[in-house]
Amino acid sequence: MSAALDTLKLSSAQIAWRAAQDMEDGAYVNLGIGFPEMIAKFQPEGRDVVYHTENGVLGFGEAPAAGEEDWDLINAGKKAITLKPGAAFFHHADSFAMVRGGHLDLAVLGAYQVAENGDLANWSTGKGGVPAVGGAMDLVHGAKRVAVVTDHVTRKGEPKLLKRCALPLTGLGCVTRVYTSLAVIDVEDGRFVLRERLPQLSFEDLQSVTGAELKIHGDVADLAVPEL
Amino acid sequence: MNKTIAFASEAVAGIGDGTTVMIGGFGGSGAPIELIHALIDAGPKNLTIINNNAGNGHVGLAALIEQGMVAKMICSFPRSADPKVFTDLYLAGKIELEIVPQGTLAERIRAGGAGIPAFYTPTSYGTELAEGKLVAEFEGRHYVQERWLKADFALIKAELGDPLGNLTYRMAARNFNPLMATAATRTVAQVTRIVAAGEIDPEQVVTPGIFIDGIVEVPDPEQEESLNREGAVYP
Repeated sequence: MSAALDTLKLSSAQIAWRAAQDMEDGAYVNLGIGFPEMIAKFQPEGRDVVYHTENGVLGFGEAPAAGEEDWDLINAGKKAITLKPGAAFFHHADSFAMVRGGHLDLAVLGAYQVAENGDLANWSTGKGGVPAVGGAMDLVHGAKRVAVVTDHVTRKGEPKLLKRCALPLTGLGCVTRVYTSLAVIDVEDGRFVLRERLPQLSFEDLQSVTGAELKIHGDVADLAVPEL
Repeated sequence: MNKTIAFASEAVAGIGDGTTVMIGGFGGSGAPIELIHALIDAGPKNLTIINNNAGNGHVGLAALIEQGMVAKMICSFPRSADPKVFTDLYLAGKIELEIVPQGTLAERIRAGGAGIPAFYTPTSYGTELAEGKLVAEFEGRHYVQERWLKADFALIKAELGDPLGNLTYRMAARNFNPLMATAATRTVAQVTRIVAAGEIDPEQVVTPGIFIDGIVEVPDPEQEESLNREGAVYP
């Protein structure tokens, strides 16, 4: 099964593409560092999205060309960025007022585990080492929608979508939608509700690599993503 | 009134052993590298440092830690491209770490500067970072009580400063600097240029001079990222 899944599953870029299709025109969006940042590359044409970064910028654009970096102008991942017309700077307390105060429309994060009740674990593997939380525990509170982009299973093939998270939590009941390498799943009333699945994959096969029951309310659409 | 200090060494002279110091910046952006290096030259021990991170490479905050001067870090994200200095000391049990969610860190510093001893935030509710903290319910949601954060000293970086201590910042180098300026008994800013009183439009002042005790001009300040790309080591 897992070998078959590896050939079927979406690449990270394809997961990011799918997540990007749900960014509304006029949305204020925070993309978590790492994988979620890729979503910006697939922002649908004709939609205006204003990106927020925790370190105090609204309205930033792509990375500058090599050699053109200004190290006073970085994002939360410490990467150099550029500004779009209408950008704004602000200090850290204002930045997190935007986060916790409900002013962001969407935050997209990575995940180690997501539970059917919306709990998210994405900051600590619980194995010791140096703990580092950054802004993750703040970002899961306040944004109107908190989405996750992730592989459907771990590298070992174990489910990442579970009845309850086993790893240290980032936030309780915070995730509203999960974009995985196999499916799009909403969290509603403490249950995973399947919205889209890869057409090549049967419901039973998808359920077998998911650690909690997948509910079906209404139609399940095909998860259709271009080759990228 | 003239808060100008001629040398960075003079600006950090009051920082003794056991002092709690807020250092501005987010990664290298907005980090007062020259003030940190002056502090390394002065050599106080057993410092508690408040910063978003815990240094990168072997300059600035990482160098301060590498010199064995820091007993405790209060930060949100002690990882970086080259976090070896902090990581080795932490795993050897030679440096203490208080990990604070980034927004909570910012708000605790703001509260410290604003005379607000505690506040409630949704952040960290139900997680191990909320263990032992008071929880209260407001309008059906749970919130965690967090306490103010204050320091003996703040070392910050700004762009323009005038002799009264009014400051502007440059792009995303603002980050924690204006907050830390308010939350320390004594705050010293390094600025790229000191201008005469009145030359900063009052509409453009970000940190009013009341929060500032000293300003040092450091024209053409170093960038941590550039130093690290050159493989620089301090001292």
